[in-house]
Amino acid sequence: MDFKNTVLYNEHIKLNALMAPFAGWNMPIHYGSIIEETKYTRTAAAAFDICHMGEFIVTEDPSKSTLDETITNPVVKMKPLTCRYGFLLNDNGTPVDDLIVYRMALDKWMIVVNASNIERDAKKIKANLSKEAVFEDISEQTVKIDLQGPKSMEVMKKLVGDSIKKLKYFQFDTFDLLGGKHIISRTGYTGELGYEIYMGADKGVELWKKLLADPLVKPAGLGARDILRLEAGLPLYGDELTESVTPLEAGMEKFLDFEKEFIGREALLKQKKTGVEKKLTGVVIDGRRTPRHTNRVHINNADCGFVTSGVFSPHVNKGIGFMYVDADKAIEGNEVVIKLDKGEVKGIITQPPFIKNTSIKYQEA
Amino acid sequence: MNVKDGYFYSKEHEWVKIDGNKAKVGISDYAQHKLGDITYVDLPPVGKAVKQLEILTGIESVKAASDIYSPMTGKVIAVNKALENAPELVNASPFEDGWIAQLEISNPAETANLMNAAAYKTFLSGLEE
Repeated sequence: MDFKNTVLYNEHIKLNALMAPFAGWNMPIHYGSIIEETKYTRTAAAAFDICHMGEFIVTEDPSKSTLDETITNPVVKMKPLTCRYGFLLNDNGTPVDDLIVYRMALDKWMIVVNASNIERDAKKIKANLSKEAVFEDISEQTVKIDLQGPKSMEVMKKLVGDSIKKLKYFQFDTFDLLGGKHIISRTGYTGELGYEIYMGADKGVELWKKLLADPLVKPAGLGARDILRLEAGLPLYGDELTESVTPLEAGMEKFLDFEKEFIGREALLKQKKTGVEKKLTGVVIDGRRTPRHTNRVHINNADCGFVTSGVFSPHVNKGIGFMYVDADKAIEGNEVVIKLDKGEVKGIITQPPFIKNTSIKYQEA
Repeated sequence: MNVKDGYFYSKEHEWVKIDGNKAKVGISDYAQHKLGDITYVDLPPVGKAVKQLEILTGIESVKAASDIYSPMTGKVIAVNKALENAPELVNASPFEDGWIAQLEISNPAETANLMNAAAYKTFLSGLEE
């Protein structure tokens, strides 16, 4: 299989990145050390190439919005220039994808989706939109670079000016940058103060170089991104979210607006009544070993679940992870035994996030 | 990749440094580089007896959990306690501060089954496309 390269591929090579396939793309895993990049993101600011992700634009009359009836996000109730996390579901309530919606205008939304799901998301959303709605997949011509970390506001001020300060968590706007107007949102996947920058693919290299020219900024790869999102307690499609689970089982009810229509609503209302059989929980390992995808979980010698993802957290200084556990046993503080590929370890069921007091909600007057 | 003279190497990228009937064991610079950041080293119990090229213990990195094979037959007489809280020493100093265990060896002639530095360098160059 051939893997696609982002527009920043040559920059990664120049930086001696370790490249590896991810979701059909050749992506930078690290530029020397995953752990160092993870720590750096929580102390300064790191730039991530996220060009592989997909972006759609939907334009339609909000008084008869069919996008609103498609995904779980309350797209008509959202205020312009805000972002909302949510899901595109199957009829049975399992996620086709998780996504973030940006309300760009009263009649215009941008939807940001996972790289591996772009085609099937587009197909499913289009099939559910009215004939009047206009759907555009702008993934190919869009560059997305994330700048994350407590110093990211300082860096962005130098790039776009003090007006960046007005953005609160999960807000966005267009800013003058590199001779054009581009969307910048106060969002991210690290649990820190941070920004996601969207621009035309032709500007990608220029933006990347400009960010890295700032002495506060270092590049970070997908390896660090995975640890950072796990420490922050954020799920990953393919691990915690798959077509074998529902958002209710994943503890994501607050991202489902049952007061409106969305695909999968009936199935989830039914599951709400009957209750869930398994629940997504966090686990902190007693020690430095790493729980890994598909490891079985035991409580009191009974098999009661499986690990969806795990890492060694350099901030907790222990192994951490997510797992699905039988609902009646998914109680914070319960001791679990995780069957690793080699041996086993004890852990404690812990409600994520695994790190607290980060810069995520930082605001300047 | 750094290869140190005076050490013997296995095809699984462990090294052994022999001093009389004692031998320190670790993983090579090539191995630590391939594994990435080391997050955990399972220190074998002192007294454990192991045969040449059998599993001595395990190591974990950000990438995976791997076995460490013993380059020599022997008995564990010491382990590097510093790795308990600082396994990254294996990355920073694979041949010195990142040693894993010290064995009392019974048969020094077993080095015949290992590679010296020059042979290991040739072996590594064959692995890199």
